Amino acid sequence: MDFGTFLVQCLNSVQYGLLLFLVASGLTLIFGIMGVINLAHGSFYMIGAYLAFSLAPLFGDQFLLMLVAGVVLAAIFGYVLEWAFFSYLYQRDHLQQVLMTYGLILVFEELRSIFVGNDVHGVKVPAWLDGSFALGNVMSYPWYRLFASAACIVLAAGLYYVVNRTRLGMMIRAGASNRDMVRGLGIDVKRLYRIVFAAGVALAALAGMIAAPMSSVYPNMGASVLIICFVLVVIGGIGSITGALVASLLVGFVDTFGKVFFADLAGIGIYLLMAIVLIWKPEGLMGRRP
Amino acid sequence: MTNLRTARLALTAIALAALATAAGAQGTGKLKVGLMLPYSGTYTALGVAIENGFKLYVEQQGGKLAGREIEYFKVDDESDPAKATDNVNKLIKRDNVDVIVGTVHSGVAMAMAKAAKESGTVLIVPNAGADAVTGPMCAPNIFRSSFSNWQPAFAMGEVAAKQQGKKKVMTITWKYAAGEESVNGFKEGFEKNGGKVDKQLTLPFPNVEFQALLTEIAAAKPDAVYAFFAGGGAVKFVKDYQAAGLNKTIPLYGPGFLTDGTLDAQGESAQGMLTTLHYADGLNTPRDNAFRVAYAKSFKLQPDVYAVQGYDAAQMLGVGLNATKGDISKKAEFTGAIEKAKIDSPRGTFTMSKSHNPVQDIYLRKVEGKENKLVSTAIKGLSDPARGCRM
Repeated sequence: MDFGTFLVQCLNSVQYGLLLFLVASGLTLIFGIMGVINLAHGSFYMIGAYLAFSLAPLFGDQFLLMLVAGVVLAAIFGYVLEWAFFSYLYQRDHLQQVLMTYGLILVFEELRSIFVGNDVHGVKVPAWLDGSFALGNVMSYPWYRLFASAACIVLAAGLYYVVNRTRLGMMIRAGASNRDMVRGLGIDVKRLYRIVFAAGVALAALAGMIAAPMSSVYPNMGASVLIICFVLVVIGGIGSITGALVASLLVGFVDTFGKVFFADLAGIGIYLLMAIVLIWKPEGLMGRRP
Repeated sequence: MTNLRTARLALTAIALAALATAAGAQGTGKLKVGLMLPYSGTYTALGVAIENGFKLYVEQQGGKLAGREIEYFKVDDESDPAKATDNVNKLIKRDNVDVIVGTVHSGVAMAMAKAAKESGTVLIVPNAGADAVTGPMCAPNIFRSSFSNWQPAFAMGEVAAKQQGKKKVMTITWKYAAGEESVNGFKEGFEKNGGKVDKQLTLPFPNVEFQALLTEIAAAKPDAVYAFFAGGGAVKFVKDYQAAGLNKTIPLYGPGFLTDGTLDAQGESAQGMLTTLHYADGLNTPRDNAFRVAYAKSFKLQPDVYAVQGYDAAQMLGVGLNATKGDISKKAEFTGAIEKAKIDSPRGTFTMSKSHNPVQDIYLRKVEGKENKLVSTAIKGLSDPARGCRM
């Protein structure tokens, strides 16, 4: 493999990893911080992709505007969903959470099948992002993928800032460690959780919208990404956003280079990675020791 | 009292007579045909085309095959292998059908072949290309009116080596049975004629994140790439291939499934691509033209390869029934007649191999606009090797 190819594969890895991070960060918020095992998280990713498919024709080349519109819709959807279903789940045990969120997956898949059908769809790359960026003879790389990576980096930085540096982030972290104490300080924990949940849904949907032009829109796309996301959260350390980011990049590299060099093992590469990490650090890379 | 006894006797006689008539009608009454096809999901259009094709032939024979009227029983197979055994048993055990026609999805077809083998019900497969159906799973009562995955792939391999003069080719597909059968067929045809398959790329089904592998192709610069994908994955792959700028320097080959039924969606990116299949647009034979006109008239639709395969499934059934005067229970005569027959298909005449797979011409086609235009006949009368079939 020459240098240019290696470089492009590295870009592929980073791009895939960052996209996974975007989905996983939402899961980290909901699963890691709020303590709900949310199997339906992959469905939010799928919903995002189908949102992109449905909205793209309305917005044409106004891709960024479409992303904003999609995020707003997804956040509203998440807010209502928390109010209607998830708010009852926090005090329940994990089995009940798993059953309910699995039921939601079935509902979402069925609704998708009724409203959009079971076909595979493509989403057009906006004209201003079409084509590739060339670096002399060394390499060329599609603009859209660079854009996707950049968008994910901006979002990751923003998320890090909000969780670790703002009052809202402080409340979220405090609420996760001791819900009653935070309520005792006069903070509306219910509303706080509702906002966090909506943000988690919006992040997953945004990832789906960004992924749509790269990896077409198809039924069950949520299921595959869900499993990878749980792997990520476990590798990174439950509840740690930084850990999720590191794990995402690791998985991105393992998956991409695995596909190229060890095609037969590509399907299990990330699970091997998880096993190795857990043997070495059972709490995950950035997790706190229990 | 005698009156009562006479009446009872008469009634018994009438009842017996009725029973006897009913029993006698078994042989000459309606022939029960079970259609197990996808009527929902991604493959709906394919299932409908197969059914249309089948019914068109029956209509052309006056609604009867060998003098027997046809009664249809339909089951939606949902393209779900998990439900396949239950679904096929609905036809075999509940509806007691004489013959089953189905299906599109290879996984479902395998379960159907197993059930047909066990029950002895005649099965005609009008699409699914899994090599095993006429390979290790083969049986006297199982027939295929379509193709095996090996066939078009092998032909493309020969074309790539002989006619296009390629030396070094890469293959790419999903890591699942149909994909592997296809690239193996290509490899066989290509290497037999002096080429060398350099590297075989795979990715898990139904993953469509091709970027890493396209990067590999760009770096390795093979003379050509052979790809097996179908449906939405095919659209995505052909478009990504063009987006990566590869189609300008490295030609993309495939079996017909890479472009059939997806040309609308692939648009510009598929233009000029070469594929191989047992059917093509613009065959322009009297037989095909007549078929196309009749189909368009009946269904207000253009026929495709799936319609042809359905039509031929009905032809094959007709041949078997004609030989037994409509009595499908005469298994040996029924099977023997189909084995000896020359099926006058719109795709061109074909015969049956020993393993009951069509021995047929494979065409080389080129994408022009929204058609897979006939270029030439890649291989005449290609028979599937049917490895593992003992019959």
